[in-house]
Amino acid sequence: MNYFEFFSMIPEISLLAVFVVIFIFDLVATGRYRRIFHALVCLLMLGHIYVCIESGDKEVTLFGGMYYSNSMIAFVKAMLVFGSSLVVLQAHRWLRSTHALAKQGEFYVLLLSTLIGMFFMLSARHFLLFFIGMELASLPLACLVAFDKYRHHSAEAGIKYVLTSMFASAIMLYGISFLYGTIGTLYFEDMAQGLSGTTMQIFALVMFFAGLGFKISLVPFHLWTADSYQGAPTVVTAYLSVISKGAAVFTLFVILTKVFAPMTAQWQMMIYAVTVASITIANLFAIKQNNMKRFMAFSSISQAGYIMLAVISGTAQGMSAMVFYILVYIMANMAVFGIIETLQHNVEGGELTREHCNGLYKTNPQLTLLMTLALFSLGGIPPFAGFFSKFFVFMSAFDAGFLVLVFIALINTVISLYYYLLIVKAMYITPNDNPIAKVKCDMYTRISLCACLLGIVLLGICSFVYIGIDNFAF
Amino acid sequence: MNILNLFVAIPLAMLFALWISRNTKQIRTVMVTGSTLLLSLSVYLTIDFIAQRNAGVTAAQLYTDSWSWYPALNICYSIGVDGISVAMILLSSIIVFTGTFASWNIKPHTKDFFLWYVLLSLGVYGFFITTDMFAMFMFYETALIPMYLLIGVWGSGKKEYSAMKLTLMLMGGSAFLLMGILGIYYGSGATTMNIHEIAALSNIPTEMQYIFFPLTFIGFGVLGALFPFHTWSPDGHASAPTSVSMLHAGVLMKLGGYGCFRIAMYLLPQAANDLAWIFIILTTISVVYGALSAISQTDLKYINAYSSVSHCGLVLFALLMMTRTSCTGAILQMLSHGLMTALFFALIGMIYGRTHTRDIRQMQGLMKIMPFLSVGYVIAGLANLGLPGFSGFIAEMTIFVGSFMVDDTFHRTVTIIACTSIVITAVYILRVVGKILYGEPCNEEHKRLTDATWDERFTVICLIICVAGLGIAPMWVSDLINNGVGDIITILRP
Repeated sequence: MNYFEFFSMIPEISLLAVFVVIFIFDLVATGRYRRIFHALVCLLMLGHIYVCIESGDKEVTLFGGMYYSNSMIAFVKAMLVFGSSLVVLQAHRWLRSTHALAKQGEFYVLLLSTLIGMFFMLSARHFLLFFIGMELASLPLACLVAFDKYRHHSAEAGIKYVLTSMFASAIMLYGISFLYGTIGTLYFEDMAQGLSGTTMQIFALVMFFAGLGFKISLVPFHLWTADSYQGAPTVVTAYLSVISKGAAVFTLFVILTKVFAPMTAQWQMMIYAVTVASITIANLFAIKQNNMKRFMAFSSISQAGYIMLAVISGTAQGMSAMVFYILVYIMANMAVFGIIETLQHNVEGGELTREHCNGLYKTNPQLTLLMTLALFSLGGIPPFAGFFSKFFVFMSAFDAGFLVLVFIALINTVISLYYYLLIVKAMYITPNDNPIAKVKCDMYTRISLCACLLGIVLLGICSFVYIGIDNFAF
Repeated sequence: MNILNLFVAIPLAMLFALWISRNTKQIRTVMVTGSTLLLSLSVYLTIDFIAQRNAGVTAAQLYTDSWSWYPALNICYSIGVDGISVAMILLSSIIVFTGTFASWNIKPHTKDFFLWYVLLSLGVYGFFITTDMFAMFMFYETALIPMYLLIGVWGSGKKEYSAMKLTLMLMGGSAFLLMGILGIYYGSGATTMNIHEIAALSNIPTEMQYIFFPLTFIGFGVLGALFPFHTWSPDGHASAPTSVSMLHAGVLMKLGGYGCFRIAMYLLPQAANDLAWIFIILTTISVVYGALSAISQTDLKYINAYSSVSHCGLVLFALLMMTRTSCTGAILQMLSHGLMTALFFALIGMIYGRTHTRDIRQMQGLMKIMPFLSVGYVIAGLANLGLPGFSGFIAEMTIFVGSFMVDDTFHRTVTIIACTSIVITAVYILRVVGKILYGEPCNEEHKRLTDATWDERFTVICLIICVAGLGIAPMWVSDLINNGVGDIITILRP
């Protein structure tokens, strides 16, 4: 074994370096140095985006084909780091609060270790590496969900997350072992040749899908979502809903198309059912939600359903559409969560509900406008980026021949628009004598919200991002 | 520099200028400058277009240009106009211009009102100038969504309900539409989304046309108030603030008719021919039912909204008859109805602003109190019921003559049925005019009311000039749209 191969995993190694720097800084820094801690982390992460993109120039295959990276994977990694830095930027205020302050370093370290796990998931070409990556991404997340351990909800959410997560992993591992039993290898390339769609393999496929379906929170694996999202600290909810989900969807796409290619008809049928259920059920549940974080939980389940429209196509066009969708989704969702995070400090009990938003327009016109644009983007209204990403996703599914599925999804966009508009209505129209007082964002949050705003407005109209994604090798 | 790009660039610049403007005066300056620029630009465009046609330029589209946007998906930003689009752009500019004055004193949040208002008009212009299906659809939806806030925040009555109903129904329509657009694109196997290139290929299989024609037609038809999808229209119009009603009835509903003609019928001609009878029946119901419903209403805006359903139904009805004359009549009707309804809604808004009621049972003798507005109302009414000399007469005349030319029993029967709407229109118009304008004022408080202010007079006079102008000299419009209609009819009736 050539140990120098480790140094070819540039995104992982450099992320590890960031990790170590932060870890040591946390140990040694005292007094006024701690004040620059947050800024340091943000800068390191933003710098890391550059490293990821730079590493995409060449194709890398390491360890006998266990690890693989190309420009598309490097871009997705950069995208995840970007999303995580938005999360970190928004976390500033929350980390300043008394009980989180002492654990500031832990937050970064946990966050980064999940990120490393996701990197391995993305680059894995062997089921063991994939599984290790996925576990590395899941366990620290459970700690993050329960980070506010003195808040009852947070602890409850953490235990719910960790139990269901472990359960899902166990089922998935079971499925993988079946695959190993029928084929005798765990390398993706070799497996594709050995699969023939026997009953055992279909069983294994379903088991495997259940594990990832949990991470993506598709119906019927979504039951943990609402509770965990509500209980977790808002920044962690944001992280769960965009980064963790994005990485899992990408991996699912890769594995379905690379490994399960001989069983395309089977997995397409499976995803068909799951997509219809996810979009429809989540939309219907979202209408009734009053708590904003629960609401966003159901909204994110239905968004995951829309992403599945790209996955089901299994084409290169679907891949581009999916990555673009995730990018746009990161922007819009982070904007919404950033605003929720900002507002909830001014709400009694710290739980933002739809009623709290009533009449927000009078006191916080700018936040209201940003929130409206973000919700419009999530709902797929032009000229915002969400319209473009939805359109491309529909196109890819339509191209693959799933006409009825596209139609169902389209009808569902109307339902989703209804509940997004309910929030807009609360903010603009519903009268309220004492809305939430004028909120002042801290600088970090402001930067992240501005980045989101730019993304929402420009990502669709300026086509170069999509063209760039489309040119990446897949 | 393509002149058409200005129709998108100017509203964008207006959005930016509104964003940075600080007080009402600056906002008004921006709006007046911008809408005047747009109006003069569209007048110039019309004159130049007619001049080019007279000079013998016969290309289907003028001022064409195309920029690659999403090359991997064959999406371009391609622009170009034919006579129909020019006519629609001119109409939009007039309505946007007069609408600005009609909302001169809008309160509260003046700035935001105009921001959404301009975004709406941006969508409308964009829709008419583009020839790429994706871009058209994008602008189409851009024009729809501001309606939610415009009605919800600045409207009156049960505005929340109406705004939500309107938005969801129209978005439901565009869900159908998107399905249709994707079907057309993939069905034709084209490597472009440009409608003219797809039409030139004309290779969409018939069985696919049968699926996607109804989807596309209904998708646009929802906005064109096609029965039974018209129910958003009365509530929406009744709750919207004046200028939004004007823009919506005047321009936005025309997007529906234009889209039906330009995309549904033009690109799916086979299915359009075979399935037209279903939609002819539906539009006939729209025409007659809309007019009958208007009779039984007591709210001025509802009366006019149902009248719009009837008149817009007539547009779709005429398009589906697919003769050259009837389609020319349909375009004329779009123009005429756009101007008339805008005038009507403007006047209703002004009267409502004074009397604070739109219930015709509570108003009487307004002619003595506000003669200017009342005379305007009478003129609008007469134009609406198709008095010769006004635009309505020309349009309806052309439509019915054109429809009767189709020589089979079914088409002639429905034409005769649709003709009854002329009589019914006269009933509800004259009833309202007689009820609220003449006689002695019944309400003491109404006697203290004042007549129109300068900005209102300006709006009304502008619109009356346009309505009368179109009625007296309709020939130039025929010159304008002749080629455009001809091209589509040749495809529909080979």
